[in-house]
Amino acid sequence: MSPVTILSAILLLTSAAYVLGRKRAFAVAGDRAGLLRMHSRPAYYGLLTALWCGLPALLIFAVWSFLEPAVITQLVVADLPDAVRSLPPARLNLIVNDIRNLVSGNIVSGDIDPTMQAAAQHYHQLQHVSTAALAVVVLALIMAAIALSLRLISPRLRARNHVERIINWLLIACSTIAIFTTIGILLSVLFEAIRFFDKIPLTEFLFGLKWSPQMAIRADQVGSSGAFGAIPVFAGTLMISAIAMAVAVPIGLMAAIYLSEYANRRFRAIAKPLMEILAGIPTVVYGFFAALTVAPFIRDAGMTLGLDVSSESALAAGLVMGIMIIPFVSSLSDDVINAVPQAMRDGAYGLGATQSETIKQVVLPAALPGIVGGVLLAISRAIGETMIVVMAAGLAANLTANPLKTVTTVTVQIVTLLVGDQEFDSPKTLAAFALGLVLFIATLMLNIVALHVVRKYREQYE
Amino acid sequence: MNKTGFKTGGRASQRRAIDIVNAGLGRRYRRERRFRFYGIGAILASLLFLSILFGSIISKGYSAFEQTFVRLDVFFDPTLLSQEALATADYSGIIKASLRRMFPEVSSRKDKRMLYKLVSSGAAFQIRKMVLNSPEMIGKTVPVWVPADDDIDMLLKGHFDLNVPESERRIKDIQLAWVDRLKSENRIEKRFNRTFFTAGDSREPELAGILGAVMGSVYTLLVTLALSFPIGIASAVYLEEFAPKNRWTDFIEVNINNLAAVPSIVFGLLGLAVFLNFFGLPRSAPLVGGLVLTLMTLPTIIIAGRASLQSVPPSIREAALGVGASKMQMVMHHVLPLAMPGIMTGTIIGMARALGESAPLLMIGMVAFIVDVPHGLTDAATVLPVQIYLWADSPERAFVERTSAATIVLLAFLIIMNATAVVLRKKFERRW
Repeated sequence: MSPVTILSAILLLTSAAYVLGRKRAFAVAGDRAGLLRMHSRPAYYGLLTALWCGLPALLIFAVWSFLEPAVITQLVVADLPDAVRSLPPARLNLIVNDIRNLVSGNIVSGDIDPTMQAAAQHYHQLQHVSTAALAVVVLALIMAAIALSLRLISPRLRARNHVERIINWLLIACSTIAIFTTIGILLSVLFEAIRFFDKIPLTEFLFGLKWSPQMAIRADQVGSSGAFGAIPVFAGTLMISAIAMAVAVPIGLMAAIYLSEYANRRFRAIAKPLMEILAGIPTVVYGFFAALTVAPFIRDAGMTLGLDVSSESALAAGLVMGIMIIPFVSSLSDDVINAVPQAMRDGAYGLGATQSETIKQVVLPAALPGIVGGVLLAISRAIGETMIVVMAAGLAANLTANPLKTVTTVTVQIVTLLVGDQEFDSPKTLAAFALGLVLFIATLMLNIVALHVVRKYREQYE
Repeated sequence: MNKTGFKTGGRASQRRAIDIVNAGLGRRYRRERRFRFYGIGAILASLLFLSILFGSIISKGYSAFEQTFVRLDVFFDPTLLSQEALATADYSGIIKASLRRMFPEVSSRKDKRMLYKLVSSGAAFQIRKMVLNSPEMIGKTVPVWVPADDDIDMLLKGHFDLNVPESERRIKDIQLAWVDRLKSENRIEKRFNRTFFTAGDSREPELAGILGAVMGSVYTLLVTLALSFPIGIASAVYLEEFAPKNRWTDFIEVNINNLAAVPSIVFGLLGLAVFLNFFGLPRSAPLVGGLVLTLMTLPTIIIAGRASLQSVPPSIREAALGVGASKMQMVMHHVLPLAMPGIMTGTIIGMARALGESAPLLMIGMVAFIVDVPHGLTDAATVLPVQIYLWADSPERAFVERTSAATIVLLAFLIIMNATAVVLRKKFERRW
């Protein structure tokens, strides 16, 4: 019996509980007159039965599946020979991994010796026992719950109120997931970042001018300490974001102005969705486009002008990122510009202003806070964008102001430091979390300020 | 201002005012036209970018839907195919023998090796499958179409620069001559590339397909949908209909709005630290990918759901309450069904975004090279966008074509999803 079967059994029995509860309510009521004497409609008795047997069973199932691997691993490790158990934790982890792989029939890293074979056997057996036990516990619980709730069903049982209260709690639980996500992000990034700052001082990370984390792989290597000064990474991020904003803000803003102030209904109906397609294209596609088409184009163009352009120039990545952000800027500005009351425009026209003068001197100043908010959101988007820079920007952390050179960004470093690496003790992988923390805090602040500005501005005209 | 004489209102000074206005009018109108031109230019520029993007991807990718095949007269040699060991026989030897029979003049070792490079290494697997399916073929000579090597494929599709000196080319002159001969004998043909839709990933471009990635995407999105749809609706309903207006709900709201704008890669860090390292879930599994994408799409669905619930008019609620429904009954029986089309639209858009997302999945190891098509939620898998990322890194020219083709497939999926959302919105949109 696999966990999936148990889960489907739980769901099946829960549905059966609904049917039984409903039937029982009908039976208790007897006839139509009896039904009217019941506190709730029969379906609520069914629902109550289903909730009473399904919820505890699912809860036990979740807790069990969460604890099972840890407990079994503990038991298996306890049974391993002393020689193996006294290995350093990292090696021991490797062996446990191998045992798990043996159990699931995957390829293992080392040779298989009899002790490991035995351990795998043991692991497998324990898993079997645990699943069987889980099945028994859950089924017994469901049966008991069904029997109990069927006995409890009576005309005076306030089934609807009970059901509604349970559902209300479920709704509350669901709505708190957003908070748990934020806490989860904060804790997961923070803990690893603190471990990183134990090894590398915070000041060195924030103000150091040299970034070369790859050197810290082997302890006996020359310069094994690595260099974790993140200034070049931050500078690269800012440069690419600045290029992106230099593309996106003028184009996005002008497009929004044209669409909301000049365009007739038909043009707007066609152009707006077309521009929004740009927003729906996956970033990996932009990255591919940047690496395959834009970067070579810029390099060739630079070569004909006699410039030395790197094939992974900041310009290519920034340009394509700017294109990606155009619809973001334009749709946010569009909303804000549309929210400016028509009376203000009419006032300006009445004084004899042309349309562009009205826009430049009345509409835009009135919409400015909202536009600034939108631009801030766009900046937060740009510094958090990953795939375009991973595919089109480089890895080398150069501290340069030349957009034709290769620079790297926070997100690129996070990806290269973490992809394919399973070791979580080296400063190299921990550095990724420190960068993640910086990224999270930076975008969080931008978002809070931007959302505040946008909201405040909206209230002004409503 | 005073100088223009508005105060006096005399005829002469009035003419002066209009003169000033008229004198500046030409300049102002020119400025107006310029401004308008900038606006239209901005829109045209973004549409131009859009068409360049689509143009470059489609023009590079469409040819991947065709694949070059070579017809070999394969002699199923009984000496190589003994009945006992059919599964492990030397099938590439059979392919090599049939190539040698076609070009008997090739004798040197080096030339032979180049000759063998004309057809894909997948040809051996293909005839292995044929033999295992119908062993009675042994001893006969059968014409078989096998996929050509990716270099030959590129050559025939015209992606090969023959002006490069021979020593720097991957295809040598002698191979060109063979290909010409095969062409004159009608032994080379371009056909629809079925492998691309029915195979998993491979190091050989001519054997690589997107089915594995597509199935990975399907499993991942199933998890995402199964979790984010009910949870999203529940949160939206609670926040919009039941939540008291207090600090706590304000805090939840701020959180949701912020999460909607948190970079996706941060969700990947969360998945890595919490789901993989803390809960010990398997790496590279669609289950974990789905969990991460759920957290990412939840804010989208909640925000869309709330907007949709808000648009249900109060009269509906009051009518329900008026006939004696409880608040929960009012929401569940009347408000929610009316808000459903809007919620579904938001969900589809959220799913489309999840389908195109790759950065957080890189963090949780869905970036591995996986040949097998996944068959469950915990099998190692990759997803379509990550497959694009992986192929984009491959040096072979043939992978450029396949990357573009995979992009076309991904964009097609996205367009279908978004079009569904638009149709849903159009069909069920109700003005109260």
